[in-house]
Amino acid sequence: MNINEIQDEIIAEFSDFDDWMDRYQMLIDMGSEQPPLEDKYKTEQNLIDGCQSRVWLQADMIDGKLHFRAESDALIVKGIVALLVRVLSDHTPQEILDADLYFIDRIGLREHLSPTRSNGLGAMLKQMKMYALAFKTIQNS
Amino acid sequence: MRWSDFPILERKIYDRYPLVYLDNAATTQKPRQVVEAMTEEYFNVNANVHRGVHFLSQKATELHEASRETVRRFLNARSTSEIVFTRGTTESINLVASCFGQAFMKEGDEVIVSEMEHHSNIVSWQLLQARQGIRLRVCPITDDGLLRMDEFERLFSERTKLVSLTHVSNVLGTVNPVREIVRIAHEHGVPVLIDGAQSTPHMPVDVQAIDCDFFAFSGHKIYGPTGIGVLYGKEKWLDRIPPYMGGGEMIKTVSFEKTTFNDLPYKFEAGTPDYVASTGLACALDFVSETGFDAIQAHEHDLTAYAMERLMEVDGMKIFGPGIDAHDAVISFQVGNIHHLDMGTLLDRLGIAIRTGHHCAEPLMHRLGIEGTCRASFALYNTRKDVDALVDGIERVRQMF
Repeated sequence: MNINEIQDEIIAEFSDFDDWMDRYQMLIDMGSEQPPLEDKYKTEQNLIDGCQSRVWLQADMIDGKLHFRAESDALIVKGIVALLVRVLSDHTPQEILDADLYFIDRIGLREHLSPTRSNGLGAMLKQMKMYALAFKTIQNS
Repeated sequence: MRWSDFPILERKIYDRYPLVYLDNAATTQKPRQVVEAMTEEYFNVNANVHRGVHFLSQKATELHEASRETVRRFLNARSTSEIVFTRGTTESINLVASCFGQAFMKEGDEVIVSEMEHHSNIVSWQLLQARQGIRLRVCPITDDGLLRMDEFERLFSERTKLVSLTHVSNVLGTVNPVREIVRIAHEHGVPVLIDGAQSTPHMPVDVQAIDCDFFAFSGHKIYGPTGIGVLYGKEKWLDRIPPYMGGGEMIKTVSFEKTTFNDLPYKFEAGTPDYVASTGLACALDFVSETGFDAIQAHEHDLTAYAMERLMEVDGMKIFGPGIDAHDAVISFQVGNIHHLDMGTLLDRLGIAIRTGHHCAEPLMHRLGIEGTCRASFALYNTRKDVDALVDGIERVRQMF
């Protein structure tokens, strides 16, 4: 599936729930089901400190595609982390750079990715794009 | 106090839930009369204060100075010369750190703080440390969040120049024995600064009875406007420390050869003061005085005790800080392994406003071995119904994990 197909799939999954508490329940479940990031990747270098919660992001280039693994210590954040990884992981750097992440608005998570929200998610998304840019630069050189 | 004094308490959150506001240690809601007094001043009296010869300037000056007198009465200071308007507790502490530090401290001299301080009472001193090489001595706390008074006594040396401690912990709600602290410090000939940001809304403060040398508090935490606070200082200290900022208002005469400074407290009030906020602050203090601390304390003590009791019904509940006897209207807690950010995010969706995180007290979090807490804090307008809503909310959240 390409990035937009995954986004549409997520929007459909969330559309079943009108109530915010149900949407959060879904994020919590997604966060709980996500396999934990191995301790060796929970390094200072991979840490995105969000003041209230922390996110670790590991990026690897596998066969021309960028593979992300991530985790957070707060479960709702971890659920959103899982969504971002699901959408952006295993695509080419160019696809990631070109991605328009409309699903964030559509499922009402914009506020969680705003720079004023001190959970590390906004910075994580930026970091994912930075990795894409860095790997693209390496590919082209 | 009437409910209708606080219009915001009637609003809905997310168009749906009645507001349950339990973030009062961060800031309190404002009674109608405070906002109206400020509006009235802008609409009818506004003019820059001091030195103006015209009618409005004199009226505005009278209001501003009457507000200073209200603050003096509220703290029972000896004179209005001892009441300096600042932007808040943080600025008040920074003023003392800068000016007292400049006048009386040199490399190797020491300031005593504690493990339960707010960052404003740590970082201000660290800046002085970087500038002048002073040293911070840190008084430890017990696991229950009480000051180790035995250790406190041992921290004094011939290099101790100041004690700077919080009256009430913004995280644990611990009420520190400030009179005893001041007595011990004075026995060592050391002056004391008390951070009163969390005490002034909840208990009467008499700076003469406490005998502290400096006392700082913020307007917005005691039903007043944002951006104004107070530094009380004994005249003997304020006289001897240099000005904080330079500018208008704080001078007597200026020439390129020699500038002389204004009398107290104006020496510390450079620039146009927030004379409208001072009116709002005075109005808020009158509101508190009219409600009466007897009534406020009885109500908030009952509420805090009730909340601690009800919260303990929740499975996996841990409450930080001392028991109810040494506890102010602040409760920090954690529920099982539920991350404080998750708890805060979900309670918010139910219209319940609490604060989460390290509460600007990271060293205290390190001491307690945690990343952060959930904090519910009360004001005079909170009720047992708010506590019930909080406990119900927590139960609902708990079942989601």
